[in-house]
Amino acid sequence: MRRKIFRGIFVLAAFGLVFVAWAVWVSGVFRHGSVETAQARRSSPAAAAVATPTAWKEPQFASVVARGEYLARAGDCVACHTARGGQPYAGGLATPTPFGTLYSPNITSDRRYGIGNWTEEDFWRAMHDGIAPGNRLLYPVFPFTHFTRISRTDVDAIFAYLRSLPPVARRNTPNRMPFPFNQRSTLVFWRALFFRPGEFKPDPRQSAEWNRGAYLVEGLGHCGMCHSAYNALGAADANAQLAGSLIPVQNWYAPALNSSNELGLGSWTTDELVRYFKTGVSVRGAAYGPMSDVVFHSLQYLSDSDLQAIATYLRSQPERASPSDQQRVQVSPEMAAELAQQGRQIYVNHCAQCHQLDGRGSGLQYPPLAGNPSIAMQPGTNAIRIVLLGGFQPGTKGNPRPYSMPPFAQLLNDHDVAAVVTYIRQAWGNKAPAVSPAVVTRFRQVPVE
Amino acid sequence: MRGPMLIALLAMLAGGLARAHGAPAAAHAHSAFGAAGPAHAATTLRQRIDGCIACHGPHGQGGGSGGYAPRIGGKPAGYLYHQMQNFRDGYRAYPLMTWMVQYLPDAYMKEIAAYFARQNPPPVQPQTPMASAATLALGHRLVTKGDAQRGVPACMACHGADLMGVRPDVPGLLGLTNDYINAQLGAFKQGIRRTREPNCMHEVTARLSGAEIGAVSAWLSAQPVPPGAEPAAAGSVKFPLRCGSVVGDR
Repeated sequence: MRRKIFRGIFVLAAFGLVFVAWAVWVSGVFRHGSVETAQARRSSPAAAAVATPTAWKEPQFASVVARGEYLARAGDCVACHTARGGQPYAGGLATPTPFGTLYSPNITSDRRYGIGNWTEEDFWRAMHDGIAPGNRLLYPVFPFTHFTRISRTDVDAIFAYLRSLPPVARRNTPNRMPFPFNQRSTLVFWRALFFRPGEFKPDPRQSAEWNRGAYLVEGLGHCGMCHSAYNALGAADANAQLAGSLIPVQNWYAPALNSSNELGLGSWTTDELVRYFKTGVSVRGAAYGPMSDVVFHSLQYLSDSDLQAIATYLRSQPERASPSDQQRVQVSPEMAAELAQQGRQIYVNHCAQCHQLDGRGSGLQYPPLAGNPSIAMQPGTNAIRIVLLGGFQPGTKGNPRPYSMPPFAQLLNDHDVAAVVTYIRQAWGNKAPAVSPAVVTRFRQVPVE
Repeated sequence: MRGPMLIALLAMLAGGLARAHGAPAAAHAHSAFGAAGPAHAATTLRQRIDGCIACHGPHGQGGGSGGYAPRIGGKPAGYLYHQMQNFRDGYRAYPLMTWMVQYLPDAYMKEIAAYFARQNPPPVQPQTPMASAATLALGHRLVTKGDAQRGVPACMACHGADLMGVRPDVPGLLGLTNDYINAQLGAFKQGIRRTREPNCMHEVTARLSGAEIGAVSAWLSAQPVPPGAEPAAAGSVKFPLRCGSVVGDR
C-alpha cells in the first residue's frame, strides 16, 4: 500500500519536473542569442555602428532617432509609460488588471531608474522575448506578444530614440500584485502556454500595403490588446482576433474590427478610416474613451501611407458572425417597451437638438445615432457611459477645436439613462437589446485613473 | 452669398457671443471641418463647448452639477487655463473635469479660458450663511486681516481688495458656494488640490484649523458679487507670497 503511494508520488513528481523543464525551455528564459537574433542583428546597419549610449546623440544618427520617435509614436509607448502630469516616458502609470495593478516603468535614459544601462541587445530581448536584463520575465501587460513581430531594425531605432531622451530620475513604483501573480517565475508557465517569439513574416499573396498594415496592426500598434478577446489567464484568444472585447477593469467595450454587426470596417472607405485616425472624427462617429487616447498620442502623428496601410489591412479582415452574447442584459419585454417609450421623450428634450429627431446627427460635430455601431453594438456599456459623461472629441492637428457633448450624469437618474439608451438602441432601425437601470448604476464612476 | 448669410445667422443665434470668434474659426479652415463646408468652419466656440456649459452655464455663472459647479465667468483667463491643465495633469482631483479636458490641445484650452474670462455673468444672490455671528466674524477677520502671528496672510492680500481676483492668475473668491470654497480649502490643506511649487495655498491652509476654514467659507459665500466688479489689473497687487500658481502668460 505504502509503496504504491510512494510510486504514485514519484510518477507525479516526475511528470511535474518534465512539465516544468518543458515550460522553462519553451518560455525561452535561457535562450540568449538565438539564430534568429543573430540574423536580425546582422540585418541592422545601425546596430553595429552605435556601441556607446552617448553616440546616439551625434548628428549622424539624427535620422535613426527621428525614425525611432516615429515608431515609438506608432507603438504609443508614451501613453502607458507616462504618469498623469509626469515626465514623458518616466513611467508610473497604473494599469489595473484582474490579476493586480501594474505600474509602467521608467524607460528614459536614466542609468539608475531608467534603461540607461541597457544595451541594444537587452532592449531587443525585452521587446522580442518579453525578458528584461537579469532574466526578469515581463508581465504580458507589456505587449511583447505583439512587439515580438517588430523587426530588429525598428526595435533598434526605438531604442536609439529612447536613449536620446533626457534622463528622468524617477524611481519605479512597485507593482501591487497579490500572490501568486507577484511571482514572476509563474510567467514561465504562461509563456509556455501562450507565447512564441517570432518576427513578422509578410504574406506573399498580399500587397505590400496590406503587409505594412498587418505589421503595424499586429505588431507595433498592438490593437489586439484591446480589440481581441482574452481568456481567463489574460492571454489572447486565437479564435477571437480583433473580434471585440470588454477591456478588463476599465469596462470599456472595444468593438470588433472584423464584424459587420459592429464597426463594419469593410463598409468604410479607406479614406474615411484614414481621416478618422488622423482627426478623431468621422461622419460615422467620433473617437471616445480609450480610443481618444490612441488617436491623441499615436494615430494622428502617423503618415498617410501608414494609415492607409492600416485601413487596408483592417478592411480586409474576414467578416465574422455576431459577437458573443455574454454581455446581454436581461430586461423583460414589457420593461424594454416601457423604457423605450419613456426614452423617446427624454431624447426629444435633451438629445434631438444636436443629434436630430431622426437620429442622423449633423456633420462631423454631432455624430449620427441611427446606424451608429457604438450605440447598437451588443453591450450597452459605451452608450451608457457616453450619455453619463459626455465629453470632448480628442483635440488633434486636424481637429484642433473639438466639439463636445454635455454630461448627463447630474441631470438624469439611472432609470432615465436606461430609458434614453434603450430608445436610441432601438429607434431608426437600430436593433440592440434594452439596457437595465441596474447596469447604469455600475457606470456612474468616471473612468480616469 | 449663402455662406456669409449663414454665418451671420449663426452669430446672431449665439446671442452675439460670436463677436470674437469669427477670426479663430476662419483660421482653422484647414481642419477636419474645413472640407465639410464654410458653415461648419464658422460655428462659434460657444457651440463647441456644450460640455462645459452643461454645468458652468453659457456665461460661466456655475450652479450645475447639483449646485456644485463653480462660477467661472469673469475669472482671470490665466487662472482658468491653468486649472484645466491642472485637472489634466492630476494637480486637481475632480474626475469629470479630468475626463473633459484630458485630450484638449493647450491652445484650445487657452481659447476656452479666454471665453469664460470675458463673460460677465449676472450677480448671484449670496447664500444665507448657516453659521453663527461669531463664526462669520472670524471668517471676516481672516479674509480681511489674516493672522500675522501664524503667518496667515489675509485672503485680500492676494485675491484683491474687492476679492474679485487679480489678472491673469489669481481667482476671485465671490459668487461661490460655501460647499465649493470649503472643499477647495480643505483639498489644499490635505494636498489633494495642488499647484506648481511653491504651493502657497497649501502653506496657508495648513496653518488654519478646520473650523477656521469653515468660517472663511461661510463668510465668503455670504458676500454679494458687486455689479460690474472685475478682477484687479495685472501688476496692481504686490503679493506677500511667491506662488507657483502665479506664472503670468505661460
